[in-house]
Amino acid sequence: MAQKNYAGHTIDVNDEGYFTDSTQWNREVAAAVAKDEGIELTDKHLAILEFLRSRHSSGDALSIRSINKSGIVDVKEFYALFPGAPLKKATKIAGIPKPSSCI
Amino acid sequence: MKHILILGAGTAGTLMANKLRKKVSRREWDITIVDENREHYYQPGFLFIPFGIYKKEDVIKSKSKFIPGGVETIFSRVEKILPKENRVILEDNRELKYDFLIIATGTRIAPEETPGLLGELWFKDIFDFYTIEGAVALAERIKAFDGGKIIVNITELPFKCPVAPLEFIFLADSYFKKRGIRDSVELTLVTPLPGAFTKPIATKMLSGLMEKKGIKIVPDFNIAEVDNEGKRIIDYEGKSVEFDLLVTIPTNKGADMIERSGMGDDLNFVPTDKHTLQAIGYDNIFVLGDAANLPTSKAGSVAHFAGDILEANLLSAIKGEPMTAKFDGHANCYIVTSDKKGTLIDFNYDTEPLPGRYPYIIGPFGLLKDTRLNYYGKLFFKWMYWNLLLRGHDLPVTSHMSMCCKKRPQ
Repeated sequence: MAQKNYAGHTIDVNDEGYFTDSTQWNREVAAAVAKDEGIELTDKHLAILEFLRSRHSSGDALSIRSINKSGIVDVKEFYALFPGAPLKKATKIAGIPKPSSCI
Repeated sequence: MKHILILGAGTAGTLMANKLRKKVSRREWDITIVDENREHYYQPGFLFIPFGIYKKEDVIKSKSKFIPGGVETIFSRVEKILPKENRVILEDNRELKYDFLIIATGTRIAPEETPGLLGELWFKDIFDFYTIEGAVALAERIKAFDGGKIIVNITELPFKCPVAPLEFIFLADSYFKKRGIRDSVELTLVTPLPGAFTKPIATKMLSGLMEKKGIKIVPDFNIAEVDNEGKRIIDYEGKSVEFDLLVTIPTNKGADMIERSGMGDDLNFVPTDKHTLQAIGYDNIFVLGDAANLPTSKAGSVAHFAGDILEANLLSAIKGEPMTAKFDGHANCYIVTSDKKGTLIDFNYDTEPLPGRYPYIIGPFGLLKDTRLNYYGKLFFKWMYWNLLLRGHDLPVTSHMSMCCKKRPQ
């Protein structure tokens, strides 16, 4: 297992850079991960990260669609905040596993 | 008398009714199956209709023909499940009690989820092929198509039969070649996935085939809306792709009844234990087939393999014994790659599709190989479906995925 240093904290990550222990997450660490992804975190970003974390911890599946239930942003704004692959980026920054897309 | 109630008489529900009626005592258990439609569609056949290979009548039979004696069939819409009270309410307020419930209500396309999809071009230049109506209407449009841009667009995951969009586009390539106008037809797959498929080894093989056939791919495209006037689809980042003919795989959702029952996730699929197949939170409710939120394909083969596990677990539960059968997510899909050849993939929760042979070391089918025999396997499967699979007979393949004849490439 790999480790990475974010904002002075040692974080266990998998080979794609996703946290393997979501309890190692905090806002400072998130800001550092975001920077690596080219994103400057705002309060809105943080609110989304908290939403994703709470959904993850209650065992709900994460999907782009579920963002509509956050009451924070709609899907379009979600793309604007995390350009490219919003769910992949946001879950990485939120310190939770990459959502599996099964087929 | 105790009651087993099955909701949905599609592939999953029908095969389960057949399996269980053979195994549980008729004196102690009655079995009831409920569905709102009287016709059973052979859904893998929908793919062939737009190209005139199958006609509507080739894929329809009466549902009743496949429900065994000793199972009561009720044709009605289900209003809702009251899972805490072990009751189901039908459309006319009739009430059915159950000791065990099997939810097999499948998935449906939900084009209404994408703005503009049901606009003025719907069934003129925009079609689905996941419904009999869509497949039949699309056949007419394709017959009249004499050149231009055809795009096949996957709206979002998950969707039923994940290889079908690829098969569609491969068959379109063959079809227009045969008509001698392939050069004036541009074929493009527009997908939210990063490539032709999710799993790396199969993606490599399939993208190679697409390239060889001159089929383009636009990856990482998450459709936000359809511009009917400009004849283009637009994604959430503002990228757009123009079309003359749009073949859409709309959002897939579970039955609306699941939502009315408060039992679904964001897309009305039922959260299900991926090994025991029980609905999470309800020991006496099982979920089979596309209705479940299992992290594997939504496909008939999955319903079939999972059916063996569900049968074993339900029989244990009836006897009050612990459930020991565990589903491994096994899926198996023929992929038509032209009007003469096909390939085959076999995989589960943990193992991606690998090259090799199936079901035995001698084959006869080749995994991730493009062969004529695979194509005929797909056609022959229709006979197996009606005569063996739906009737709950064993097929000559194992329900758990086997590593017997697979090899991971170096």
